[in-house]
Amino acid sequence: MSPKTLYDKIWDAHVAHEADDGTCLLYIDRHLVHEVTSPQAFEGLRMAGRKVRAPEKTIAVPDHNVPTTADRVNGIENPESRIQVEALDKNAKDFGIHYYPVNDVRQGIVHIVGPEQGWTLPGMTVVCGDSHTATHGAFGALAHGIGTSEVEHVLATQTLIQKKSKNMKVEITGKLQPGVTAKDITLAVIGETGTAGGTGYVIEYCGEAIRDLSMEGRMTVCNMAIEGGARAGLIAPDETTFEYVKGRPHAPKGAQWEAAMDWWKTLFTDEGAHFDKVITLRGEDIAPVVTWGTSPEDVLPITASVPHPEDFEGGKVDAARRSIEYMGLEAGQKLSDVEIDTVFIGSCTNGRIEDLRAAAEILKGKKIKDGMRAMVVPGSGLVRAQAEEEGLAEIFKDAGFEWRLAGCSMCLAMNPDQLQPGERCAATSNRNFEGRQGRGGRTHLLSPAMAAAAAITGRLTDVRELM
Amino acid sequence: MEKFEKVHGVAAPMPLINIDTDMIIPKVHLKTIKRSGLGVVLFDEMRYHDDGQENEEFVLNKPAYRQTEILVAGDNFGCGSSREHAPWAIKDFGIKVVISTSFADIFFNNCFKNGILPIVVEEEHHAVLMEDAHKGENARMTVHLEDQKITTSDGVEIEFEIDPHRKHCLLNGLDDIGLTMEKDHHIDKFEDHANQARPWV
Repeated sequence: MSPKTLYDKIWDAHVAHEADDGTCLLYIDRHLVHEVTSPQAFEGLRMAGRKVRAPEKTIAVPDHNVPTTADRVNGIENPESRIQVEALDKNAKDFGIHYYPVNDVRQGIVHIVGPEQGWTLPGMTVVCGDSHTATHGAFGALAHGIGTSEVEHVLATQTLIQKKSKNMKVEITGKLQPGVTAKDITLAVIGETGTAGGTGYVIEYCGEAIRDLSMEGRMTVCNMAIEGGARAGLIAPDETTFEYVKGRPHAPKGAQWEAAMDWWKTLFTDEGAHFDKVITLRGEDIAPVVTWGTSPEDVLPITASVPHPEDFEGGKVDAARRSIEYMGLEAGQKLSDVEIDTVFIGSCTNGRIEDLRAAAEILKGKKIKDGMRAMVVPGSGLVRAQAEEEGLAEIFKDAGFEWRLAGCSMCLAMNPDQLQPGERCAATSNRNFEGRQGRGGRTHLLSPAMAAAAAITGRLTDVRELM
Repeated sequence: MEKFEKVHGVAAPMPLINIDTDMIIPKVHLKTIKRSGLGVVLFDEMRYHDDGQENEEFVLNKPAYRQTEILVAGDNFGCGSSREHAPWAIKDFGIKVVISTSFADIFFNNCFKNGILPIVVEEEHHAVLMEDAHKGENARMTVHLEDQKITTSDGVEIEFEIDPHRKHCLLNGLDDIGLTMEKDHHIDKFEDHANQARPWV
């Protein structure tokens, strides 16, 4: 048998039908659902008189619209947001799917809840009407975002019509330097490939620096595979993965655990398997990074300066000029001189316990700059509870951060947490697009530790200066 | 779904690269539970000023481009969020074809589910089409899906590639779910096998 990549193995195990032209029906093991991209899909089912084929494999949780302030127990004030969340309440009930409502302690961002509850397991196919579904690839699951029509397709048939992508290997060799995190890895890779560099590929991340990451870190890396244009990101499961999964509410137990482990241990890329594209970065060369523009590929080490548009080629010259103007920056300006007024720690990229620990480590015994608006939004109610137990919440509150309830919050401004025009935010989220965090708002993407450092000094800051 | 017919209409130029789905339709408009009526907010933040007035400089607001049916866009069009609201808004505006040198994966898939034809062309052809689109309303392009051909207002013909299954579905207005349900027995068989092999799933 010819050697296979990890992606080949998972793909082959899920093809329910292959047509002569290579179009496949790919079977879906887990379907995650949130309130924004699903109402039209459920409506489509109703209109056609169809059922959810595998409700036991379908999990729903509201996250995009939910307010993150304590008063949300009294209901959602914005009528449109409320209707969307109520529609999910009703759809979950009517179609009999697993559901974590707003006021359940397990509620949170769908990509944090899935792994936390043990729904996401190695070797699975996982989809969700959300591009950051790539997150679940950290478990060695083939996971990607889909549109609403495809959500309806999966609800009705538990399959997706797919053609296989190409294989890309991204290897991060060696060790990371102090102050450098999973977020810096994933941003550095996008800086290298560009936001379209992964189009048509599934990426497998490997190498010593990836192996050394916790599951939280691996989820951060895979989460942003989509920002590099890839359909999915994957990391082969290992002891770190099994350790994380074991004992989770929906993970297999007893004899089933043993059977699962037997298969999971075969989920790695065979020696000599073919990759269509290979990218290698040295872990030692990766610095703490920030974005300067309005595309995640606009990334530079914190020690660098805002580039000159004419340094680019082709369409990027105009795009860079537009970005620099939108961001209110000057070409040549040092990134560490850029003053910020808002700090957001959270999102499916960096809203897990390890992210909060990293930020709290920097903030311990310190205060945020006067006038700074800073918030921490744990990725789930359980992350929040754990952070309170570990004393992290006190560190954040003492430093001057707002300590919020779980949700997508300011990552995408579909809820009350938004930037005002011209406000500038150091954000641990995943997109710095124009208007992403609120119309006219300006976003600099960075790691949780770097966000904490910026909150203290009031400007983009090299976290290594505070370590 | 409606059958995709030959399109003969105004093509608008949007040369900016990396136009993301937040630009195509900002999140404030994602709170709908319907698919229709989003055309009016297509490219919302570029198309309107903060006070809600139209930005006259924006291409689709110019008299020549108000009836645009074909969009010639910069590289990596549709990147970012998976929101299908982006193709819903494009369709609702009246745009039936988007041409670029590359598209983001999820957006590209979403187009086909909504009867929109996304066409990938080589850079040199893209430049010809972009130049033609800059000519305004007098320059009407023709997109012929059956023949896989774009004809510029000057009569220059450019061929394009498309997946045969997707072409067939567009031309015949076929609904994916209905097609897949015809293969139900394959799915049943797969499930039986998978339940044996991986009972923990």
